[in-house]
Amino acid sequence: MEMPPPSPSVLSRRGAIVARLREACPGGVIDDPAETRAYECDALTAYACRPLCVVLPSSTAEVAACLRVCHEEGAPVVPRGAGTSLAGGALPTADSVVLGVARMTRVLEASREDRLIRVEVGRTNLSVTAAAEPLGMFYAPDPSSQLACTVAGNVGMNSGGAHCLKYGVTTNNLLGVTAVLADGTVVELGHGSGEALGLDLLAAVCGSEGQLCVVTEAALRLVPRPEGARPVLLAFGSAEAAGACVSAVIRAGLIPVAIEFMDRPCIEACEAFAKAGYPDCEALLIVEVEGPEAEIADQMGRIGAIARGFAPLEIREARGAEEAARIWLGRKSAFGAMGRIADYLCLDGTIPVSRLSETLAGIAALGDRWGLRVANVFHAGDGNMHPLILFDANSEDGLRRAEGLGADILRLCVAMGGCLTGEHGVGVEKRDLMGEQYRAEDLEAQMRVKDAFDPGWMLNPAKVFPLQASASRRAA
Amino acid sequence: MIRPGEEAEVADAIRAASRPLAVGGGFTRGLAGDGERLSVAGLSGIVLHEPGALTLVARAGTPFREVEARLAAEGQRLAFEPPDLRALLGTAGEPTIGGAVATNASGPRRVREGAARDALLGCRFVDGTGAAVANGGRVMKNVTGLDLARLMAGAHGTLGVLTEVALKVLPRPEAAVTLRLPGLDAARAVAALSEALASPVEATGAAWAGGDALLRVEGFCATLPERAGRLAALLRPWGRAEEAEDPWGAIRDVRGFAGRAGDAWRLSLRPSEAPEALALAGGEALLDWGGARAWVLVPPGTDLRGRLGRFGARAVLVRAERATLAALGRFPPEAPAVAALSRRLRERFDPRGVLNPGLMDSPGGGG
Repeated sequence: MEMPPPSPSVLSRRGAIVARLREACPGGVIDDPAETRAYECDALTAYACRPLCVVLPSSTAEVAACLRVCHEEGAPVVPRGAGTSLAGGALPTADSVVLGVARMTRVLEASREDRLIRVEVGRTNLSVTAAAEPLGMFYAPDPSSQLACTVAGNVGMNSGGAHCLKYGVTTNNLLGVTAVLADGTVVELGHGSGEALGLDLLAAVCGSEGQLCVVTEAALRLVPRPEGARPVLLAFGSAEAAGACVSAVIRAGLIPVAIEFMDRPCIEACEAFAKAGYPDCEALLIVEVEGPEAEIADQMGRIGAIARGFAPLEIREARGAEEAARIWLGRKSAFGAMGRIADYLCLDGTIPVSRLSETLAGIAALGDRWGLRVANVFHAGDGNMHPLILFDANSEDGLRRAEGLGADILRLCVAMGGCLTGEHGVGVEKRDLMGEQYRAEDLEAQMRVKDAFDPGWMLNPAKVFPLQASASRRAA
Repeated sequence: MIRPGEEAEVADAIRAASRPLAVGGGFTRGLAGDGERLSVAGLSGIVLHEPGALTLVARAGTPFREVEARLAAEGQRLAFEPPDLRALLGTAGEPTIGGAVATNASGPRRVREGAARDALLGCRFVDGTGAAVANGGRVMKNVTGLDLARLMAGAHGTLGVLTEVALKVLPRPEAAVTLRLPGLDAARAVAALSEALASPVEATGAAWAGGDALLRVEGFCATLPERAGRLAALLRPWGRAEEAEDPWGAIRDVRGFAGRAGDAWRLSLRPSEAPEALALAGGEALLDWGGARAWVLVPPGTDLRGRLGRFGARAVLVRAERATLAALGRFPPEAPAVAALSRRLRERFDPRGVLNPGLMDSPGGGG
């Protein structure tokens, strides 16, 4: 993975830039190399680089002041939430200033009547929902890192989660933001009504991976907490049967809040680790429905009837909170369980649900070709796959081969009518694969949006767009 | 009128244009400017419908009723139920799926299921330089690159001409029940609607019309009565809710203002702001989306934005005489920094200013 060389003039002015940032953000600048090390990478730990320095502003005004300094000094800025990106979205360059929003965690407003909560974006995803609890409401997008990840990163990556089939992803639940442009200009985008009247600039900002602006505050849609929820575990003799069952459930007019899929390698690893008592089967689904008791019972009946058309080995409906927890236990420990048996690379392509079985067969064939095992655990309802490529990081070419297989699997997802990334983002990880999904004209159009927001190309440089495609703009 | 049959012909027409074009589908929304019309109605047809994947891909000029009919045959629908404004505006023509997306036209169900832009999974468009661009895709979760598709939704053709859209569809429920609470003023109505929308009854319509608060729930025949009962119980503090005939088509299309003199404005507000905004506006009003959308009918030529004070920036003029539209502008002025961003985007996507130029601008500058 290549990154552009740092700017010698920025590196040579490091002392002066740090001093100016100390004025812009008193008490919030870290330049000791021992401490900036904590910011050298995000959750994509294969790549790391210490930044020029780190700023941790406490307000929108301080963010604006820092960005003005960086703008005047020509120093690139890497926005950072909690650093949980799996795509290298917060990976610094040596000449960059990491702008972390971790100190901005206040709840600014919570309204049941307007069904929204306004927060500073350093607040964690889970603590947004905690703040909405007294209103009987919650914030729906729930990425699996929700305990640690921030709203900043959620907006930056347009994060999803397990419950998107019913509630949508971040962009469907984001009403407005306060953001700062590269030159320090503060803008308000979107509105508490949820409707843009001019161009929907908020839509462009959500999921822009820090390419367009630094978001500092967000108004998020709150939804009512359901009366109850219950999972059912469906075990099948083949991945094909499980995949077909997913389509059939959706086809029948049901929108479960989650449909999770696990294949045999994943089930076995989870059993060995978490001992959730999963059946011995080729593939299983966990389908969760929510609502009042009568509606849950009705939907469970419908799902059971559909599943019986696919020769299930077992239908295990949770009869209480403890059984529900056991059904979810294996799924929730899947990543930890896989980590125990091998190093793994977690992919994130999406495919049309209708091509699930075909894609799984294709992934298995690619795994054989590369001589690597792949375990599958994913959100089946919306086709967002998370193949886990198992490899040995200590072997000489382990990572290289895993990345090679990963690229092939993502190409397969695109060929199936899907995309490279469903919720993790492009970052640096998939940057050089963008040409697989988009033609030069398509990327050019996206880069024009960046031109309009960040004419100097100073925000989160060398991410998202293939280096070659963005070279002339970055050099300008 | 230029009426291409293929995307490449749309690109040719745009490249050949030396003067502004009035871009549209069926031209039913009364938005066309003075330039020669470029219609995508010739780009018609459903490209793909996969019921099991909740996905529909259609060429932009496909009549909306054709999309609806195809989906209905499979027990599905577009959740955002775009308004048909022909009666309100006195226009003719055939509303298209591309027009609904380009104007982000969304009806009562938006309050729960989102707007057209939320259902949009991807699109193809031709920009003002004649370049054909694809963005997004046909899957529900996709964060690959910048989201231009949702930027195109609501851009009214000013950044590019949509040629194809991919949409998320939803099951069509077996049954719907509407409950009516009569005799409420706007403030009490919004309070009742907000209580319902903050509670887990999953209301898919929440409006106030003619002094009635109206709520809709949808679902399976077996369980819907129980849910409607819970909703009625929830509404007891505001009166005794009774079942009502389906008012949602009339609310969606603002039929109450059709054929009547006066200017029609729409406001987008926080629900809590709606009662105050309506009091300032005067005139006859209708609330949808739990109060987040207001429709107001005022005497011709009224400068409603001037009356609305801090809510003036949330008002769009939908129907008025030409002179009023020219004087007041359809769209409200934007904050200078936001207007500058929008202008820079338009300069890059339509450098010659041929795609519906000025349609979204405010006469007072900005936009």
